[in-house]
Amino acid sequence: MPKWSMVIDLDKCVACQGCSIACRMENNTPVVSPAESALGRLMLWNDVFPLQAEEHGAIASAQAKFLTRPCMHCEDPPCVKVCPVEATYQDEEGIVRQNYARCIGCRFCTVACPYGVRYFNWYAPAWDEGLERHLNPDRVSGDGDLEGPAIRPKGVVEKCTYCIHRLHKARERAAAEEREFRPDEYVPACVQTCTGKARFFGDLDDPNSTVSQLAQSRRAFRLLEEAGTHPKTIYLHEG
Amino acid sequence: MRREKTFHPPNDNEATVLAPLRGVTVRDQTLWIVLLALLGMGVAAWVYQFVNGLGVTGMNRPVYWGVYLTNFVFFIGLAHSGTFISAILRLAGAEWRKPLTRAAEAITLFSLPFGVASIIIDMGRPERLLNMIIYGRFQSPLLWDFTAVSLYLFSSVVFFYLSLLPDIALCRDRLTEVPRWQRKMYRILALGWEGRPEQYHRLERVLDGMAIFMSLLVITVHTVVSWVFGMTIQPGWHTTIIGPFFLLGAIFSGTSAVVIVLAILRRVYDLKDALPIRLFNSLRKLLIVFSLGWIYMMIAEYLSVFYGNIPEEMEVFWQKLTGDYAVIFWLMTILVFVIPLLIFIFRGKDSIGWMVTAAVLVNIGMWMERYVVIIPTETRPRLLYELLRGAYAPTWIEWTITVSLFAGLILLYAVFTRFFPIVPLWETAESLEAESEMDKARERIFKFGAKFGSGFKQKSGD
Repeated sequence: MPKWSMVIDLDKCVACQGCSIACRMENNTPVVSPAESALGRLMLWNDVFPLQAEEHGAIASAQAKFLTRPCMHCEDPPCVKVCPVEATYQDEEGIVRQNYARCIGCRFCTVACPYGVRYFNWYAPAWDEGLERHLNPDRVSGDGDLEGPAIRPKGVVEKCTYCIHRLHKARERAAAEEREFRPDEYVPACVQTCTGKARFFGDLDDPNSTVSQLAQSRRAFRLLEEAGTHPKTIYLHEG
Repeated sequence: MRREKTFHPPNDNEATVLAPLRGVTVRDQTLWIVLLALLGMGVAAWVYQFVNGLGVTGMNRPVYWGVYLTNFVFFIGLAHSGTFISAILRLAGAEWRKPLTRAAEAITLFSLPFGVASIIIDMGRPERLLNMIIYGRFQSPLLWDFTAVSLYLFSSVVFFYLSLLPDIALCRDRLTEVPRWQRKMYRILALGWEGRPEQYHRLERVLDGMAIFMSLLVITVHTVVSWVFGMTIQPGWHTTIIGPFFLLGAIFSGTSAVVIVLAILRRVYDLKDALPIRLFNSLRKLLIVFSLGWIYMMIAEYLSVFYGNIPEEMEVFWQKLTGDYAVIFWLMTILVFVIPLLIFIFRGKDSIGWMVTAAVLVNIGMWMERYVVIIPTETRPRLLYELLRGAYAPTWIEWTITVSLFAGLILLYAVFTRFFPIVPLWETAESLEAESEMDKARERIFKFGAKFGSGFKQKSGD
């Protein structure tokens, strides 16, 4: 069984924010007014943050630095631990998922996540005139389940799912063609779109996959390693 | 009729205590209507929020929890007054507590529902509340909360009702001129209480047993409330002291609330004899201990954070001491500790006015303390404090709902005190058993002797 992982090479990242936009179109994240955005209610499952300039002695580094941030899909996720109703859970392939049909909107997970990757629907989702015609019809749903790009009701939490619906579609295609599913048949939208080819995706348990090879790199690090969450989104240092 | 046979222990204050129950005044009705209107405004605000979404509040990312959670912690804390006084002091054998037990327990009973309500108000999808039972995961501190608070509410109702039982029977037999429905209510609620010695004996035993259980609950409930914060790894929350600190704060604010309530009851219902000033002096000593305990906890927490100098902890630390929350932090310290302690020590003795002033300040300050514990941490989340800097300003919706919760608490209290005796008459009675004249004489002699002996265990209500 694959263990899905993403590697982001900060050396190659040009901070174009293409990943954010691709994610938004793929996963139907609601559009938020500038006023709401100023309140901190902007929804970007995959956000791009400018980092504060480092100071070396009296000299501040002139180089602008950025960090793109999807969900870390921790192996030991603090959000899953605190959910009172199992609306967020980790599946057997290591993806931390969110069931909109069950979430009670207590926002414990959003508070517990040290990475701030979880977003709450303060209002019912809305799109600007015309945009609603471009919504992605994909969804992952079942008995009491509603996941992926499915339109979220107000009052529930949502988050990056490594484009779980793409995985489902790839598996279904393989099944329809009566062949084995290969882990390289599936990448999230942000990886597919990345301008600098800075993002890699694959099976961390496969020693020959790009991600497992890059994870061995001396540049590899994880965000907040000391928090003991063991993220499966891995970064490569600049330089 | 069995009623004629019912024994009621003689109590000198019976007439005084029952007087407020003999009729509802116009002033009462006005107060009730005003409070009901405030409560109605809160309900309207909540409906507005339910229809539109939690976006109508000031909450945002990363400040996902705001005033509602502050209210939740505050109301549960306020609720600790009654159980502390009636359960813990009962076990400790502190006889002085008797006249004020019911007034304190009523605070417990009536503030708990508003604590529970605060959580439901805070939920994004309150209509899915039952998911907590259907899919409940006990690994989540929120489920610990759910269990602890509902158990607390349930056992408080039982504890309260049991200790009220003999007095309902008294109302049934004494208040014959009140409206029919009220007499009927007393008759049903009294459950055929006859006041036989073995009934009192059994009642005392049950209350003693429950007091042990309730004392454990007091400690558990507020610790669990704090663990909703403490179990996350967010700086400022993830400390081992958060449980005991929340508990101490709860008992502190609860006991202060008792002072306020007692003073109001004394004044409004003319209960000066039933609620003597010595009660305030006893509470004063407790409150001095609590405020010193509070500053001890503050220093223990903040000094170890400051000395450790861990970067993400320091972000929250400075946010409180000199940052966005400095004003509320220092005001809180002055209101909870500095002024009340000075009043308790130098002005509080034999002065109800000063005691009430200090108690009000403590409670305002304790609400601010809950706010200062919850919000600043969220504005500087762990390690990503560089990326995510939050701010929070509550909206009028949140304030309206907050005011309505307090109005609801006062309303329940005001209505209750018009229909049930707020001073426990059977517990403050001279003696619980229908003795012969001979026994009484013997007891007088015994008591006379006891006065010169230990002076302990006087059951008088003077």
